Amino acid sequence: MRAVRFSVATAAATVAALTAVTGCAQKSDGKGDGALQVVAKDDACELSKKKLPAGHVELAVQNKGSKVTEVYVLFPDDRIAAERENIGPGTKATITAEVKAGSYNVVCKPGMKGEGIRQQIEVTGGSVAKRSPEMDKAVAEYRTYVQAQADETLPKAKKFTDAVAAGDIEAAKKIYADSRLGWERTEPVAESFGDIDPKVDLREDGLEDGQKWTGWHRLEKALWHDKKLGAEEKALAPVLYKDLLDWQKRVGTAEITPTSMANGAKELLDEVATGKVTGEEERYSHTDLIDFKGNVEGAEKSYELLKPIASKNDAALTATLDKRFAELNTLLDKYRKDKSSYEFTSYEKVGKADRKELSDAVNALAEPLSKLAAAVTK
Amino acid sequence: MSEKTQNTAVDEAAGATAETGGRAPSRRALLGWGGAGLALGAVAAGGAVAAVRTESDAVPAADSGAAVPFHGPHQAGIATAVQDRLHFAAFDVTTKDRAELIALLKEWTRAAERMTAGHAVGDGAYGGLAQAPPDDTGEALGLKPSRLTLTIGFGPSLFAKGRFGLEDRRPESLVDLPKFPGDNLDTARSGGDLCVQACADDPQVAVHAIRNLARIGMGRTAIRWSQLGFGKTSSTTPDAQTPRNMMGFKDGTRNISGTDTAALDKHVWVGEKDKAGWMTGGSYLVARRIRMHIETWDRAPLQEQEDVFGRDKGEGAPVGKSKERDEPFLKAMLPTAHVRLAHPDSNDGATILRRGYSFTDGTDGLGRLDAGLFFLAYQRDVRKAFIPLQRRLAAHDALNQYIQHVGSAHFAVPPGVRDKDDWWGRALFS
Repeated sequence: MRAVRFSVATAAATVAALTAVTGCAQKSDGKGDGALQVVAKDDACELSKKKLPAGHVELAVQNKGSKVTEVYVLFPDDRIAAERENIGPGTKATITAEVKAGSYNVVCKPGMKGEGIRQQIEVTGGSVAKRSPEMDKAVAEYRTYVQAQADETLPKAKKFTDAVAAGDIEAAKKIYADSRLGWERTEPVAESFGDIDPKVDLREDGLEDGQKWTGWHRLEKALWHDKKLGAEEKALAPVLYKDLLDWQKRVGTAEITPTSMANGAKELLDEVATGKVTGEEERYSHTDLIDFKGNVEGAEKSYELLKPIASKNDAALTATLDKRFAELNTLLDKYRKDKSSYEFTSYEKVGKADRKELSDAVNALAEPLSKLAAAVTK
Repeated sequence: MSEKTQNTAVDEAAGATAETGGRAPSRRALLGWGGAGLALGAVAAGGAVAAVRTESDAVPAADSGAAVPFHGPHQAGIATAVQDRLHFAAFDVTTKDRAELIALLKEWTRAAERMTAGHAVGDGAYGGLAQAPPDDTGEALGLKPSRLTLTIGFGPSLFAKGRFGLEDRRPESLVDLPKFPGDNLDTARSGGDLCVQACADDPQVAVHAIRNLARIGMGRTAIRWSQLGFGKTSSTTPDAQTPRNMMGFKDGTRNISGTDTAALDKHVWVGEKDKAGWMTGGSYLVARRIRMHIETWDRAPLQEQEDVFGRDKGEGAPVGKSKERDEPFLKAMLPTAHVRLAHPDSNDGATILRRGYSFTDGTDGLGRLDAGLFFLAYQRDVRKAFIPLQRRLAAHDALNQYIQHVGSAHFAVPPGVRDKDDWWGRALFS
């Protein structure tokens, strides 16, 4: 766990603004004159206009279909700018958002399932950084990845926390590292919500005075170090699950940009360099190499998505990165028997010279990776 | 170090030439070139020396923060007037690809040219893309060149079979050093495929240089070990006062002068006659981390201390003589005296050029000062210089009860980079 990345401030502010505005909007009853009228049907999503001025935008939604629907305003990269769920047939609702200039999608989701019906709108005025369609594509795909990681993590987290709550030490130990993998792959995004990370992934030495220690590492210590699960640990298990549920719900709203993806990839390597290579991250379970692999995989995902853009600007850099990713992965493979499994050697069994080799390989990749953002924005 | 000099100690041994010293020299004389004649000599020595003065009222290089020319027939940092500070790094080459190693050496050379001239690496430390880390790390911004020299060396392991196709190019003189009695070498502080010696009058400038080279090297090289040094323990400027080592003794009274071209040619530079091919114009560097048992030394009686060295502590005069530079009468010293054993006369004239530094890396966990001498010696052939000399010292030197060699490395230091198109090691790889 590290300090906040991506633009947390922005993300947090957006969330706050939306919440506040939504509160007002509910009172306004959707009668504002300047509102964008959205008529949601079972097979259509009709908009009264496709061009809006930047700033405070109001959507007056009417559900004329037969199913419960939900309506989203999405950035081009599929980040949620505003949303409203559970709009019953025949009812009205209002959605408001603060939007900058750019393209957005308004999405109606009849039955609240599937991709929904999309309509593109243009918001004009003000200024925003230009983003090419291929950048939007990269960001959108990464957003999907991040969401999928969270979605896949939750059932594993449930298994883990249920085992802890039931006092089943062996079962909990078995699923512990696996329950963290999705988180490790997408850590910088997860950490962009400043409040979730300290609840779920804090190590004991990161505690501030008076702060209650919760999360994976608290339970890790109980499982491997104390070797017992008391009432307190059992009670903390559902808390971890609840906090991860919060992550899963909010992760789609994280602010992601091509540069934050690039720097996020580098930050994942930083996580390895400062926490995993030293064995500090999983000091009781010694499952550091699994987290290590997760961090590398997450970084590689960002990189692969950005590579089409970066390779046009700096082919030498992407050639180097391809090579270094391969080298690091090959090195990591030395520590697992089966390349399709995540059963890695316990880190306490990795000697000093081997740790140095791992550290050198991380530096070898992270240094050129730090240049990816420049290659993407060039 | 205000009024005195400091210096190297343990190496009076090597037969050094002397730095003079004597009478309360100014700090300026101490640090820089003492007189105009020296600067001329330096130029004659091959441009490896501080390019200092342009006016009649000569400004010592240390004060001017001048730049030492990077290009020349020999690498700077050997005969160059010894700077105050050191950051020495030994690297493992992690790439297996010869082309990558060559590319690295070229990139390093270009970065070294810039840094020794006082410029930032690449596009600098600021002003670039906000989302990308700057090329230069920035901590030397606003500092003078501080006579920074960067000197590269190639270790024996670089020439190993099956690595870079260099096995036939390993110089005969680049031998694996033998184990000397009393050595307690830590492999984590020994060896290395490459080394870079960064010397400067400002420690930040030296550290900056190694840090940036290490960064450029990531993925192709990794630092194996490094050593910071302060308080040069021998100088190559005979007019300056002889520095003292951590044992409080003047060290390097007879070191080779950086302006003594005859001595340099005879003892330091690999010459045409050596038929050494790509190493012609280069030299061989031995680096030894010599830990001193400071606390026990400090409890040794003055008489013992002086007997151990064979010189007195205050003036530095050899036993039975009154002045530092008086010719020593070796037989007046104990047979185990350091100076006696290390003197060229006891070693068939073997002479090395020392430019070691004191170090202290804090304490060792037992509360003992982790300090000593980081010994750096250049010579034309270690088989004729360092090895016989160290054999003799390791076997007999009274100093051994107060020191221990804990790190060791040997490097072939190629000739200088000629110009903007040349690069470190070109002759080796072509």
